[in-house]
Amino acid sequence: MSLVSIKDLKVSFKTRRGNVQAVRGISLEVAKGEVLGIVGESGSGKSVTSYALMRLLDKGGSISGGDLSYGGIDLKAASENEMKDLRGREISMIFQNPRAALNPIRKVGHQIEDVLCRHAKATRSNVRSEAIKALEAVKINDAEQRYDAYPFELSGGMCQRVVIAIALACDPKLLIADEPTTGLDITTQKAVMDLITELISERDMSALVITHDLGLAAQYCDRIVVMKDGEVVEEGQSDQVFTAPKHQYTLKLVDATPRIGVSVRELLLPDQRTPFPELKKVDLPLLEVRDLTKTFQGKSGPVHAVKGVSFTVKKGQSVGLVGESGCGKSTTSSILARLLDPTSGEVLFNGEDLSKTPARKFSRDPRRASIQMVFQDATDSFNPRHTARQIIGEPLARLTQMARKQRRSRVEELAVLVGLPVKLLDRFPHQLSGGQKARVGIARAIAVEPEFLILDEPTAALDVSIQAVVLNLLVDLRARLGLSFLFVSHDLHVVRLLCDEVIVMKEGKIVEAGAAEQVMTSPTHAYTRTLLSAAPHPPILTVPTSSAAE
Amino acid sequence: MTDVVSNSVPPTRNHGALDHFLYVLRSNPVTLLAFMMLAVLLVAALVGPAITPYDPLTSNAAIALQPPSLDHWFGTDNLGRDVFSRVIVATRLDLAISVAAVALSFVIGSLLGSIAGYWGGWLDSVLNRLFDTIMAFPLFVLAMGIVAALGNTVENIVYATAVINIPFYARLVRAEVNIRREAGFTQAAKLSGNSDIRVLALHIFPNALPPMMVQVSLNLGWAILNAAGLSFIGLGVRPPTAEWGIMVAEGANFIVSGEWWLALFPGLALMFAVFTFNLLGDGLRDIVDPRQRT
Repeated sequence: MSLVSIKDLKVSFKTRRGNVQAVRGISLEVAKGEVLGIVGESGSGKSVTSYALMRLLDKGGSISGGDLSYGGIDLKAASENEMKDLRGREISMIFQNPRAALNPIRKVGHQIEDVLCRHAKATRSNVRSEAIKALEAVKINDAEQRYDAYPFELSGGMCQRVVIAIALACDPKLLIADEPTTGLDITTQKAVMDLITELISERDMSALVITHDLGLAAQYCDRIVVMKDGEVVEEGQSDQVFTAPKHQYTLKLVDATPRIGVSVRELLLPDQRTPFPELKKVDLPLLEVRDLTKTFQGKSGPVHAVKGVSFTVKKGQSVGLVGESGCGKSTTSSILARLLDPTSGEVLFNGEDLSKTPARKFSRDPRRASIQMVFQDATDSFNPRHTARQIIGEPLARLTQMARKQRRSRVEELAVLVGLPVKLLDRFPHQLSGGQKARVGIARAIAVEPEFLILDEPTAALDVSIQAVVLNLLVDLRARLGLSFLFVSHDLHVVRLLCDEVIVMKEGKIVEAGAAEQVMTSPTHAYTRTLLSAAPHPPILTVPTSSAAE
Repeated sequence: MTDVVSNSVPPTRNHGALDHFLYVLRSNPVTLLAFMMLAVLLVAALVGPAITPYDPLTSNAAIALQPPSLDHWFGTDNLGRDVFSRVIVATRLDLAISVAAVALSFVIGSLLGSIAGYWGGWLDSVLNRLFDTIMAFPLFVLAMGIVAALGNTVENIVYATAVINIPFYARLVRAEVNIRREAGFTQAAKLSGNSDIRVLALHIFPNALPPMMVQVSLNLGWAILNAAGLSFIGLGVRPPTAEWGIMVAEGANFIVSGEWWLALFPGLALMFAVFTFNLLGDGLRDIVDPRQRT
């Protein structure tokens, strides 16, 4: 008998414009000991399904139809008190953002004790040792000492381990993991996912893994359910879903996942593939970085974020800067964008040393328009009080002499160029979807026709199908405007699609640099190999599909 | 989960500011009530002197200390003046004092708070210690001291009320500016060629407005109470000017002898005004916050 069975579940949300159906009648079953992956892009209703199962829907959300049962218990009819007993003891959940899921002002040990005490799994005398045991179970070194740590003292991966420890403290039968590794580094992602699957099989639990990453689901789940717009479009064994997708949408997702051996155009559906543009390359250096260092004054002594980095970006070239969080890639890109002053070293742009003008004064520098940046988190990079039109027009107003009317038509021109419907220009950022926001961010950055564009993980927050479109857009723009890119990312697969050369950074230093294809296929440094092997390896398509048919 | 909702909503035309205002009023009955109460206050303040049945300053000893009646809704005071007319006419003065004081502290507090929050460093420390110093005094006593020292005038009440409120605004703005100092849109604004002052004034500060609106409306209530309190103890506005604080003070002498209406009605008017501003806060915040427009 299956542990969880969901039949024809419907969930609706009350909004300002009436009811919105987030889940429209889905049915799925999780067997004992099975790991089921729910894959879908944002807005597909995959998270809502799991929240409905826990009966933790947001205000305004309600289960409008269908049945939910867990081990024979009708979850839809269960009272709030019964649900409180089930949550944590029978069904547990790991959240997307581990830092947000932990109470910032309480020691992590105490937070584990809470759940143990709530479900009477420990007494006052042994609760501390039980909590430490739970920490040891998730392989935290020095569990005894970590017991007294506050969430802010731990790294993202460590926080996620603590969240897992809380979730598993009472030996639940079902674990729901909602995007458990989003926002974590690729090596941490592997460690966390390995840990979760190991603990699940050790304790003979079932799990529901919700993710947008097909590769991840294929690697760690027994069975996959693909959701779109609140409906299940495909269901099957993981490798089967991946290698022989039946539904058009699944095929699109599989195609859009960056992987070895495909070009950026092949991420798109066959009918959307345009011929690859011709890139003009001039063998002249545009940007030369020489022995760049940056030291921050931390509370416990100086922090060396960048320790002597040198590289060159040629005109029309696209260079990828790869590394995990804390490797100094963001600091380096901030310095190159002239938002931050280096401690020492030179940044030669067309032969002139930019670091001679302090970052504070650079906003009025005539060269400001030549160097622009696309930010990682588009939402955060927009003034929430400005419309898309104002956002794109801002650099035009400040950095060019254009008249108001001219600016208006230029903004519309840019919107067309990046594929943003002109009627969306009067919306506020929160009224735009992730892909639309990415386009606004790119339009703003190219508005003043810069020579050098820094892209700080511009697709990290996007769904794969939108990522595919945005990456292609960037390729087109580069060819059309003759831009040079510095593409900062943690994902080597994405970098390979877009860049001619790759620089791999670790702990403030460059550990490997070279042609993208070469670094990907025959990495010389051990760290590069670790990065490459940590990325989920999606099974290769075996059945002739659209991409093979081309 | 918000993604789910916003993605499934069909695109419709963007709502204008007026639509948004009407939506906020419709969706929240308390806000609607608050705005209706504010309208009553504003009407009284703007056209009050023109609509009162009697001259608020004309005394008539023959009808002194009469209880509320159809002729004199709120009764008459010890000099035979109509209490209703006086309460209505006082609205303008009380609102003017509080609005002026709040506007002054809003502007100065925002300026100092923005500077402290954006540039930080020694400037921040100095300004913070200054605010601490102001707040270390019992605020009402400080206001009393300021009015007593500067002279007993309406302007000085405004200045005193403004001074004691500046730290609240400055602190709030400082915190709001500080968390946005390193935000992505701040960096983006610098990339777009904005100077520091522009970034602060056009990008960061407007985002501090929603919480400021709550502070402003609460503060308007406090400022009215403060002004009335100062008049009550004989500072600031002087008789025979109609002002709620003085009227309560004068009426208080007659409560013991049974003439309760002298103090009660101006007191109720005060309560009404303070209550209005306290209710207004949330609605004002929703109106100035573009994220509420969906």
